[in-house]
Amino acid sequence: MNKKMLNYILKRFLLALFTIWIVITITFFIMHAVPGGPFLSEKAASPETTAALQAKYGLDKPILEQYFNYLSGVIKFDFGPSLKYKGITVTELIVTGFKTSAFIGGIAALIAILIGVFLGSIAAVNHKTKLDQAIMFFSTAFVALPSFITASILLLVFCVKLQWFPANGLTTKGLILPIISLSLSPMSYITRLTRSSTLDVMGQDYIRTAKAKGVNYWVIIFKHSLRNALTPVITYIGPMLASVLTGSLVVEKIFTVAGIGKYFVSSIVNRDYMMIMGTTIFLTTIVIIMLFLTDIMYKIVNPRVDLE
Amino acid sequence: MSKKPLSFQLDLSKFKKATEEEKTQTVQMRESTTFWKDGFNRLKKNKVAMLCLTIIVIIIIIAIFVPIFWPYSYDQMLGVKQGVGVDGSYNNLAPFQFGATELQLKAQGKFVMPHIFGTDAQGRDYFIRVIYGTRISLFVGIFASIIVLIIGLIYGSISGYFGGKVDLIMMRIVDIIYSLPDMLIIILLSVVFKQVLTPFIKGTFLAKLGVGMISIYIVFALLYWVSMARLVRGEILTLKQNEYVLAARSIGAKPSYIIRKHLLPNSMSVIIISTMLQVPSAIFTESFLSFLGLGVNIPMPSLGSLASDALNGINSYSYRLVIPAVMIWLIVLSFNLFGDGIRDAFDPKLRK
Repeated sequence: MNKKMLNYILKRFLLALFTIWIVITITFFIMHAVPGGPFLSEKAASPETTAALQAKYGLDKPILEQYFNYLSGVIKFDFGPSLKYKGITVTELIVTGFKTSAFIGGIAALIAILIGVFLGSIAAVNHKTKLDQAIMFFSTAFVALPSFITASILLLVFCVKLQWFPANGLTTKGLILPIISLSLSPMSYITRLTRSSTLDVMGQDYIRTAKAKGVNYWVIIFKHSLRNALTPVITYIGPMLASVLTGSLVVEKIFTVAGIGKYFVSSIVNRDYMMIMGTTIFLTTIVIIMLFLTDIMYKIVNPRVDLE
Repeated sequence: MSKKPLSFQLDLSKFKKATEEEKTQTVQMRESTTFWKDGFNRLKKNKVAMLCLTIIVIIIIIAIFVPIFWPYSYDQMLGVKQGVGVDGSYNNLAPFQFGATELQLKAQGKFVMPHIFGTDAQGRDYFIRVIYGTRISLFVGIFASIIVLIIGLIYGSISGYFGGKVDLIMMRIVDIIYSLPDMLIIILLSVVFKQVLTPFIKGTFLAKLGVGMISIYIVFALLYWVSMARLVRGEILTLKQNEYVLAARSIGAKPSYIIRKHLLPNSMSVIIISTMLQVPSAIFTESFLSFLGLGVNIPMPSLGSLASDALNGINSYSYRLVIPAVMIWLIVLSFNLFGDGIRDAFDPKLRK
């Protein structure tokens, strides 16, 4: 870890912080640009009730004061009260929901990486055989499949028709299908990525040298080739987690999993602005942190990349 | 003429003149080929890409022309007739079934257009709804890509051409937008635009399109151009090192002229490839948003909203989910594979 590297990490970290701040600011002001403010949904409410509600949530104060209050709240991980679920704070809802979502998303990402890398290297090693073609066919077909479509079809086949799985994600068994539907598309993408980069690396001189030295076949694949072939996969981890997290919003709705997506989708329908703001900021922050870590990791595993 | 034994002087009598036929054999006549011709020839040889192109063209033709002559419209509830009560026999028809009054017409020997995919819970012909939904999705995909193309092109070429401080600031903005999770921001903006824009567009033709659709376009214009801008900037950065740019500059050509006449035409292939691949991603985003109920306005269908509606009746009418799902998949897959094919054919870096 040299000085240049530390410098890069610091710069990248500041950019991430700045981005998070931008997101908070934009989210706040956009939400307050909505005519009538967050209480638009309660049309039946009399002016007095609305005024009382606004006073209660501090919405009668000048906008800048509200902004700084909200900002200092967010720093303390306090996203204010939920407007729909009375008496519960947004933070509580996020924490409850995110435990499940992180579990599903994490497992899905892990499966996608492990199986994707495995299938990709198998396809590359057996280049231009039937096995390679079969793997490529399925990964091409699945990579274009949006997770909500996969989820709907899986629900239809395995829950409704075959009835192998429960149609709700309340039990552990019910979480299997959501995980599969989230992992299928990134898995196919990683398969393709690993295959092409492995093919690329296999043509390099040092692989030929290793073969000429008589190094064991599997040692070449795992130690010489895969290590270098995995760098593109690492750059994909950040965007993948972002897509798995957002995809999980809908997949959770389809399988009625009590994750963050369930609350988020219902908050959209109910116009629960505090909840929408809180969830957006929370998930965005996570995604930005993931992208930051991915970038750093990429630089560490691939020293050839120019730091400028 | 005497010949010395070791001389290299040629003996002309041993040679004879070439015939006309023999002359033509030595001339290498090949049709001169341009960059585009070369690429198209390569593309034509790619069977997968051509198959995908065929599928795309068929889908586009169906989506444009079938709604014109089809006897049912996407929002027409067949069981509801003026002056008469609601005829429930039209709701939830299975494929190729007919409603009560249609059966009477058929009994009289008249031709009634069959409901190929049946009807939905409100008695609307499902086939035409799927076709119309496809039309909406394609429309969003293609126009969103054009918006992305224009903004990305302008932004990227300015940033790449001027370089220095301008480039630094412009690229920092791109970096920030790039690291936002697009889907979340889109959802956020769609929710807000739905509220803010509704009073503005009341009564105009935009109202029919729906606030959700307009916000999708705005969001695309705000967020999705960044990768295009990065791409264009990279191309321009390398291209502007060329001598012809220096030559153009030395005779006093304006930056906008150099960008338009020299730099953009040379980076065209990369730009076209990226635009092709933008279409499926826009369609994907639109169907995702419609699935969440943030896309098109009811009763207008889109493939995403059709799939989302079908989830409610998944037990008895599962085909209603499968049809739009297959359609989305087919469109996204074909565009992706065709885009890959174009890239293989036109990207100079992939030339072997």
